[in-house]
Amino acid sequence: MTINIDSASDRSRPADQPVLEIDHLKVTFATDGGDVYAVKDVSLDVRSGEVLAIVGESGSGKTVTAKTILGLLPETATSGGAVLINGNNVISVSAAKLRQIRGRDVAMVFQEPSTALNPVFTVGWQIAEGIRAHAGGAGGKRVSAKDAKVRAIEALRKVGIPDPEHRVNYYPHQFSGGQKQRVVIAAALALNPGLIVADEPTTALDVTVQAEILELLRDLRDKYGTSIVLITHNMGVVADLADRVVVMYQGDVVEEAPVRVLFAEPKQDYTKKLLAAVPHLGRNSASEGLRERAHQGSPVLVEATNLTIEYPGRLGTPAFKAVDGVSFTVSPGEVFGLVGESGSGKTTIGRAIAGLNRTTGGSLKVLGYEMLNLKERTFKPLRKNIGFVFQDPAASFNPQLTIGDCVAEPMIIHTNPSPAQARKRVAELLESVQLPASYAQRYPHELSGGQRQRASLARALILNPRLLIADEPTSALDVSVQAKVLELFKEIQAEFGFAALFISHDLAVVDILSQWVGVLYKGKLVEQGIGSQVMGAPQHDYTKRLIASLPVPDPDEQARRREAHRALLTQ
Amino acid sequence: MGTTVLEPKKKSLLNRLPVSSHIRQSVGLQRTMLLIGVVLCAVFVVAAIFAPVLAPYGYSQISDDAGSFPAQAEPGGKHLMGTTVGGYDVLSRMIWGSQTAMAVIVAAVLMSIFLGVFLGLVSGYFGGWLDRVLVVIADAIYAFPTLLVAIVMSIAINKGQSGFWGGILACGFAITAVFVPQYFRVIRAETIRLKAEPFVESAQVVGASSARIISRHIFSNATRTLPLIFTLNASEAILTLAGLGFLGFGIEPSSAAEWGFDLNKAMSDASSGIWWTGVFPGLAIVLTVVGLTLVGESINDLNDPRLRGRKAAGAKGAPGPSTAAAQSAIAANVRGL
Repeated sequence: MTINIDSASDRSRPADQPVLEIDHLKVTFATDGGDVYAVKDVSLDVRSGEVLAIVGESGSGKTVTAKTILGLLPETATSGGAVLINGNNVISVSAAKLRQIRGRDVAMVFQEPSTALNPVFTVGWQIAEGIRAHAGGAGGKRVSAKDAKVRAIEALRKVGIPDPEHRVNYYPHQFSGGQKQRVVIAAALALNPGLIVADEPTTALDVTVQAEILELLRDLRDKYGTSIVLITHNMGVVADLADRVVVMYQGDVVEEAPVRVLFAEPKQDYTKKLLAAVPHLGRNSASEGLRERAHQGSPVLVEATNLTIEYPGRLGTPAFKAVDGVSFTVSPGEVFGLVGESGSGKTTIGRAIAGLNRTTGGSLKVLGYEMLNLKERTFKPLRKNIGFVFQDPAASFNPQLTIGDCVAEPMIIHTNPSPAQARKRVAELLESVQLPASYAQRYPHELSGGQRQRASLARALILNPRLLIADEPTSALDVSVQAKVLELFKEIQAEFGFAALFISHDLAVVDILSQWVGVLYKGKLVEQGIGSQVMGAPQHDYTKRLIASLPVPDPDEQARRREAHRALLTQ
Repeated sequence: MGTTVLEPKKKSLLNRLPVSSHIRQSVGLQRTMLLIGVVLCAVFVVAAIFAPVLAPYGYSQISDDAGSFPAQAEPGGKHLMGTTVGGYDVLSRMIWGSQTAMAVIVAAVLMSIFLGVFLGLVSGYFGGWLDRVLVVIADAIYAFPTLLVAIVMSIAINKGQSGFWGGILACGFAITAVFVPQYFRVIRAETIRLKAEPFVESAQVVGASSARIISRHIFSNATRTLPLIFTLNASEAILTLAGLGFLGFGIEPSSAAEWGFDLNKAMSDASSGIWWTGVFPGLAIVLTVVGLTLVGESINDLNDPRLRGRKAAGAKGAPGPSTAAAQSAIAANVRGL
């Protein structure tokens, strides 16, 4: 077998021949619970220079399909069918041949850039690793370290890393999250593969960074004709980048269509349901038509004045200011939405209000209690007025206790009820979050993510709190589940009338729930106002950028927004 | 999917107990190793419990109605495994020795589990100066060779020699001193990890007291690895006990049978071609330790989804359970539920 080292000549295939062809792919996993059919029957193809998006919710088999393309399935999996890349069937080729295909014909971009790079090597070394691994085969000469470095610099320049000659010697920790993802893409590009498989390439990134990475991927396609298989659950990303979309559900392809057709006239019920569940910025806003701030009659529940929260630095380094001089109020009955990207301090504020973090400066009054000198003993009686919903529903329940025990816990601690009273109240609460009362006997792992998050809401509400803090309550859920939980939250808030601090990174979600929105950036509250006004006519530069970079699930509108975003950046 | 309803399956007690549930979920070589371990352990436990019935003679018996036992008699006839230089029946002492070993394991491991778990929970949850002091003490004990600590403890408790219960407690305390730091460390590490879990924080947010959080939320989650440490430590306890007996700090032959002591007495026999006095007690030690280690290591492998072997997918040809149910089962297994 002769191996063609020069990857460029591989490109000389006819334009209409698919780069990747998946034919009746089937993947089965052996598990303790028996066989799991992760991918049942998937057929698709990707043409040269095309971006194919595979969308689906968790458990749909999209990631398994992507991993099969690179032959990265674990030992417990058995696969059938065919995955053809340039005529090679990835499923049946030898390990040696597979190594040649990887990197040269197809490369992968992973979800989490900080774990995809090895922290003890320079990025240049890691990019060169792939280049050198593929040289030196039959007939090829070894690539010297110097040549490999030159090509690594070239790859870094392609992905827009400034000053690549210098940065090639940097270690991964010296780059920001977005730049790390650029380096991962550079490593994937180093051998000019015809196909890149990007598995949730922007999920771990903030929206403003996500916009840059999407821009880069689009450039690669336009300039170098690289085909991209984009695995994502984010419909906004699909609308922004994809040419054609494959919708997967429980291991099967539900629908396949060009992106505009899919968004305009979805054919299958599942696709329609999925698209309807995606929150769309500017639609269904909670503050629509509001002119001034509501619920201002009574004394405030939470009042922050120049609130500062610092985390002590390591020896010799100054303390890190997570929250820097933030002032806001939350009134009874009001839903206050707090948005910000990672590191903006939004979670820290929520935890400080619940007494999980200590404040270090300014003033934070929660139900009239000054949190600056928090004493657990004196604050404890107030805790029954505060409910907290955590981000990860899987981790926020003790796996050893039943849902009923978990939900009843706040009640048992504060009001010491009889077991019969507790059971009755738990049943009531489960009913109001639309779970059958019989679920009280189940264990957390026997519930799905959405059900667990409802139970979490029930636990937070069992004592009729005056204030509810919800820290990213829907970000661990699939969109269709998220839509249901948000709707439930809205209903229950109207019914119980509690005030809520709703913390999220997702502008569209915040807009659906909250009348008053605050935007955090690097620990400072840069803007606050009525939700629809902040989203519709942002004042601060950062808010403008944040909103412009959010992709909306509509290809035509997103194309317009993209232009506007570009204009904003070049201003 | 949000609407999937899973029928909660009440597992039978047999399915939830540590070792029996592991046998059920194991396959292939892992299962063989676990079964060998379980059989060896079962033999050990049965011998210990029924020693008075199984053993032909008492542990300190040197004569019967027919007169004194011959010294250093070869295996066969009245004495299936021969007799020692003092006229003891080797088989009887081997069986009675298992009783001593079992008593020491139970005493030592129980004492160290209670103390170690309690200190680990308190130290890990509250942290601060208490934690620092305890960790330093645990590290200091770690730094000593196990046997040395055991010898010092045994001398300190009762000058090195004593009767049955005194000797067992002395050995037990000596082994406890060595094992407490291990339990302490494991439980403390788990506690520190669990302290940051959202379910503990959600208990803090609703105002649960520290005692409630430790006892209700952390304890049951932190102690899951205990069956594993228990089996591994039990084998180490036997070795320590045998080591003490071998060095002469164990239990006197007239108050109980002890493998290590017998091994010591068999040393001079070995050079004169008398193999049975050394081989049989030695074999008893080795087989018991191998049995306990096999069980412990198998549990360790089976608890880890990445190390656990499975039947290949599609091997049976029969349709498996529904995808959703099976998938939540994986998810649950991955989280170690």
